[in-house]
Amino acid sequence: MTRPGLAAGVTRPGLAACQVSASYGTQRVLDAVDLHIAPGETVGLHGPSGSGKSTMARLLALLHRPDGGHVSIDGTPVTGIRHQVPVAVRTRVAILFQSPRAATDPRLTLADLIAEPMRAIGTPPEQVRARTAELADTVGLTADLLTRRPHAVSDGQLQRACLARSLVHRPGYLLCDEATAMLDASTQAHVAAVVGEFQRRHDAGVLVISHDAALLARWADRVVELP
Amino acid sequence: MSAAVLARVRRLPRPRPGRVGATVAGTVLAAAVLACLFAPVLWPLDQSAVDLSQTRLAPSLLHPAGTDDLGRDVAHRSLYGLRVSLLVGVVAALVAAVIGGAVGALAGTLGGVVDRVLMRLVDTIAALPHLLLGIFIVAMLRPSLGAVVLSIGLTHWLSTARIVRSELLSLRHRPFIDAAVSGGAGRLRVLTRHLLPHVLPRLALAITLMIPHAVWHETALSFLGLGLPPHLASLGNMINDGRASLLTGAWWASLTPGLALIVVTLALATLTARWRDRLDPRVRAELQL
Repeated sequence: MTRPGLAAGVTRPGLAACQVSASYGTQRVLDAVDLHIAPGETVGLHGPSGSGKSTMARLLALLHRPDGGHVSIDGTPVTGIRHQVPVAVRTRVAILFQSPRAATDPRLTLADLIAEPMRAIGTPPEQVRARTAELADTVGLTADLLTRRPHAVSDGQLQRACLARSLVHRPGYLLCDEATAMLDASTQAHVAAVVGEFQRRHDAGVLVISHDAALLARWADRVVELP
Repeated sequence: MSAAVLARVRRLPRPRPGRVGATVAGTVLAAAVLACLFAPVLWPLDQSAVDLSQTRLAPSLLHPAGTDDLGRDVAHRSLYGLRVSLLVGVVAALVAAVIGGAVGALAGTLGGVVDRVLMRLVDTIAALPHLLLGIFIVAMLRPSLGAVVLSIGLTHWLSTARIVRSELLSLRHRPFIDAAVSGGAGRLRVLTRHLLPHVLPRLALAITLMIPHAVWHETALSFLGLGLPPHLASLGNMINDGRASLLTGAWWASLTPGLALIVVTLALATLTARWRDRLDPRVRAELQL
């Protein structure tokens, strides 16, 4: 289904990076790269350190402005980044970072951490409580852990809370930027299972970023290689 | 149960180097603040009372710090001088923190041209000697408490602006801010819920570090005759007045206000230095704050 005047890829549903380029100073990390994640699909992104994997995730999450090209969500090109993007569009894409320590506010308890995206858009408190409990159950966090702050839980437990937080708005697309690299094997498997279950239920597109080819071979439907 | 007990034990402050010093400093400061607070009740002073039959008396039981060249009790007036100095120090530090905090927050959150213009303004003012600038500000106004506070506030906000700006810049691109933005938090919510709570401890530290500076600045202005009106007791006024008596051998007229100034500002500096240690991330992790 192609509309006249638009490139073929633009009208397809899915999260797409179209000919995006990015650089830090004079160092170009992405040069006119295309990437497309269809709903329900798991795409792996593989490449050596410094190949622009994380930059690609930040571009797709609308956190970093591309030097060239654009990101489009379900056929609509997005202009602007961060707060310039309407909340409804911004929350369509969720990102899970490699280090749960860096990705969490040390002042908040795990329960507040999960509830924060709901409070940010003004969800009523009783709904916030119910959904927090539901998500904590999904990712396997006990009520005792929910009252603790990040310094009092392990990396694995904190990453589970981050996963719960990223699923709060039922995003259409989930970007896992080396999200399991710091976790032990059983937590890794559990995180992958939770993501997989969410993906099946909501027909979400998932991008798995890793330097571990074996992990991508197990998890992803197809793998995109960055040079 | 044992885990809860362990957690509680771990939260207890450990003996650390400098703790004795900090305790002494805290006690001295608390005593000084209490004495200043309750001075008008316990030991009222008539600022304009002069007793020319009692001039330049050496320290004795009746006048533990002697009397000055107008027959006024030096210990009594030093207490009131300290009262003014501490009041001016705290208020001026707060004024400076409000100005510096606002400028730093604007520069740090808006960035771009606003940031560059504001920071060049800070550099420009920092290039001028701040006592000179302070004297210029007081000289334009009538000598009063308000003029002194304004003079200190307007010259001491620069470091606060820099601290707040750099904290905000380093926080702005941390992943937890990205996560909040991506989760739907608006600009105001990111600023008030995620950025400011991390900046506030630094800002509070900057304010307390500024108090000793402000006290010295007030003393310097009063010493130069630009601070408070001469009949009002202030540490600077007293040290200046005592200078004339030094030549007649009455060393005590400057000694007590000078000692009060040194002891109180040292105590303040010791306490803030310790607080700064506690805020250091490595030390903080150790203390489990």
